[in-house]
Amino acid sequence: MCNTLRLVSGTSPIVDLESVSVRVGATHILRDINLSINGGDAIGIFGGNGAGKTTLLRLIATLIMPASGTATVFGVDVATDERYDIRTRIGYVGHTPGLFPEMTLSENLGFVAHAMGIDPEEADRSLAAVGLAGAANRRAEVCSHGMQRRAEFARVLMTKPDLLLLDEPHSALDADAVELVDALVARTLDAGGAAVLVSHDKERVLRVATEFAEIAGGTLS
Amino acid sequence: MTGFWTQAFTITRRDLLRERRSGEVLWVTLPFGAIALLLVPLAIGTDTRTLEAIGLGMFWVIVMLFGVLIAVRQTNTETQAQRDQVALAGIDPAAAYVGRSLASFLLLVVFETVLVFVTIVLYDIPLVGFEWMPLVILLVAAGLSLLGTLAAGIVSTGRSAAALVPLLVAPLSVPLLIGATQTFESLRYGRSSLAWILMMTIVTLLLGVAGVLSARTLQETG
Repeated sequence: MCNTLRLVSGTSPIVDLESVSVRVGATHILRDINLSINGGDAIGIFGGNGAGKTTLLRLIATLIMPASGTATVFGVDVATDERYDIRTRIGYVGHTPGLFPEMTLSENLGFVAHAMGIDPEEADRSLAAVGLAGAANRRAEVCSHGMQRRAEFARVLMTKPDLLLLDEPHSALDADAVELVDALVARTLDAGGAAVLVSHDKERVLRVATEFAEIAGGTLS
Repeated sequence: MTGFWTQAFTITRRDLLRERRSGEVLWVTLPFGAIALLLVPLAIGTDTRTLEAIGLGMFWVIVMLFGVLIAVRQTNTETQAQRDQVALAGIDPAAAYVGRSLASFLLLVVFETVLVFVTIVLYDIPLVGFEWMPLVILLVAAGLSLLGTLAAGIVSTGRSAAALVPLLVAPLSVPLLIGATQTFESLRYGRSSLAWILMMTIVTLLLGVAGVLSARTLQETG
């Protein structure tokens, strides 16, 4: 059976998944996924633990390859080497912070800025924008989980992605930071981009999502 | 998007910064290396001829073990979330390979430079042909760092354990070990050591090419 979520609000989708399956060993993590996301879409995807939410996000982020089917992001087949050319257009905040613990928050963002050719001063400006100006020179390992997540949102703010992928975006965040997530999504959509938010917290995601789908057992409905 | 070398140097700077803060590799293993060199004379006695004969060999073996240690450390330094962020920062896996190798290379050069003086003092080694030592130190450091980073990339694919790193690095570093020891052995007996230096250079180049060419594949299976 083919599980289809077709969202048509433009002519050239930012993400287009056609009958995509992802396997780890013999285990199917995603099965026969069809999903099309256009500029201006904010998709909420809900599901329980082990439903395949994170795998779906990592697939769209070009970080894993489909076992079958075709996945294109910004018109590029993610199974080709062209995926390296579009990765900087993707902003991904996973549920586990990807900061380097020995480096300060400022150095963590500065690392990304250097790699992407962004003015390093943008790192501190972005940290200030998420309320972390006073913690910019604090090592990530001594920051709380919530602060680390804020720093990750600051990174996305700095890189200005066209495709925003958020995994459990509201976990470990206080009310101010939740507003920040909403603003980040709104800004991306206003700039013509798209966002995908996976979560088990429907209520909060539906505040910003324009469409939603359920995922269970690796299939979308 | 930035250039290859900008990305490589960004990775090098990050790795050296993390090492400076944690001190896990250099500041733990340097004293360990010096102590290991000190233990050997204590174990085999004070026969100066024997010590003189085995001193350089002991030095290169300890350097190889340090190379293994750096490679093992590299397999543990990045979580999946961190690897994802590096990938999405647009860093070419080949540039990341070169950058990480460069950081390991610099650590190895420091390690070798300090320990070679310890070895000379402890083992009373005749300084025949030591004008070649800087070049050999650089070649061994380059070869071991490229090999160690490649091995760390292979085991990071998740299909094998970090414990396998020594099994990959130790046998493949044998040409470097033999080249380094035989360079000074040849010089001691008045023979040319160019063949050994050439061998080390070729091995280093092959490791570099293999690492760069396999970097994308290793990242995607990681």
